[in-house]
Amino acid sequence: MDIVIKLLVMAVIVPTSAAVFVYLFLYKTMAHMQQRLGPMEAGPHGSLQLIAEGLKFLQKEDLFPRRADRLVFGYAPVVVLASTFLMFVVVPASPDLVLADLDTGILYVMAVASLSTIGVIMAAWGSANKYSLLGGLRAAAQLVAYEVPLVLAVLGVVIQAGSLSLSQIVEAQAGSIWFILPQLIGFAVFLVAAQAELTQTPFDMPVAETELVAGYLTEYSGFRFLLFFLAELATAAVLSAVAVTLFLGGWHLPFVELRGTAANVIAPIVFSAKTLFVAFVIFWVRFSVPRLREDQLQALAWKVLIPLTLINLVVTAVLKVAV
Amino acid sequence: MIGAGLVRGLRLTLRTFFKKSVTVQYPHVKEDHAPRTRGVIALKEENCTVCMLCARECPVWCIFIEGYKDQGPPRREGGKPRLAQKLDRFDIDYSLCMYCGICVEVCPFDALFWSPEYEYSEPRIADLLHDKTQLGAWMQTVPERPALEQGAEIKKGRDRSSSAG
Repeated sequence: MDIVIKLLVMAVIVPTSAAVFVYLFLYKTMAHMQQRLGPMEAGPHGSLQLIAEGLKFLQKEDLFPRRADRLVFGYAPVVVLASTFLMFVVVPASPDLVLADLDTGILYVMAVASLSTIGVIMAAWGSANKYSLLGGLRAAAQLVAYEVPLVLAVLGVVIQAGSLSLSQIVEAQAGSIWFILPQLIGFAVFLVAAQAELTQTPFDMPVAETELVAGYLTEYSGFRFLLFFLAELATAAVLSAVAVTLFLGGWHLPFVELRGTAANVIAPIVFSAKTLFVAFVIFWVRFSVPRLREDQLQALAWKVLIPLTLINLVVTAVLKVAV
Repeated sequence: MIGAGLVRGLRLTLRTFFKKSVTVQYPHVKEDHAPRTRGVIALKEENCTVCMLCARECPVWCIFIEGYKDQGPPRREGGKPRLAQKLDRFDIDYSLCMYCGICVEVCPFDALFWSPEYEYSEPRIADLLHDKTQLGAWMQTVPERPALEQGAEIKKGRDRSSSAG
């Protein structure tokens, strides 16, 4: 019974967060940053536009390229979405509101996050299309490259909190200060790496439409494309949530003790607000800067971010032991 | 400094984010048109003398005119009726018209005017052929002539106020 409820919660939260993100950021924030209004007709301020868009995707034909590897091509979006679903499970929205409070929470998040790379490569290979393949190769190179600074940035927090469990990392921050202050470099690198993991501008070389049509998404249409899109936006949500958990104190509110039932009511609201703020920063960058060249993109990861996080890691470790 | 461009870009988009949007919600709100907007050409039939200048000058041949001779009112009381040219047909095919305005420009008797109306799209392309009744109806939307500039002289023998719609 318990597991059914948890599955249902997941089945609601993932599409909902993706929908909220599409509406708030892709429709409205982006539009206003370009002095437009975005969709306004369907519902108040275009809030029902997503229903129209969803129905449009569902009506479309489920296309398979003639020479595609049907099995791999068909299941690629499912693998990508599964990775997103698995990441949601361990993020604590309040002291008790967490689906699975793993002891190795953050390790688990990093592990399942890299699953999506496999889905992307499956899509690239299965499409039997040169643009898809090149996009997939770029995506693989990029996701692997940025996984490293992402993990290293997280490690600083782990050392400071002394735990891999996301709940305990939040507790550690509630006990002292939010880790954004001592781990400012880690936070910045985490945001940059998250941007790259989401393959958003300025790191959207895998789907650079001027060069690769749409990269590994080229051959997808209808429901399968919708799954990819859902996964991308839900991953943006969950990565923002993880950033909040690691660096911004999770559901913790400074100067206010949250206890008992009140904590479980207010904490998710605080947590969502913080998540939306971090997501706003991520999307703000996405809407502001042009994409990098492939070599610049790789150089940033290997020559700047990784040394930076390594130094950060060493300093954190030394200070942790010394102080 | 490295990253200065990034900060500048972010500042610009954030400032734009809080600015008022320039979008006009078209069917609900309409933009004010410029004073000499070229929306549609209106015909003031009683001024037309079927001289065909407009039809001949039209670069895309979208004006169709047929006329006949008729008796007009005499010049003086009790005088001999004058000859007058009347219109049988005056059609403008807006599926061909390129809105150059040469016809309006060339008309020696102020029978053609620009109107700012632009909402006359049709599902059937043939319906874009506006006949003289329709072109006459557009006269109601023709704006007043803008006032003459300071120091400009009114031409002798012409009453400017009555020639406009």
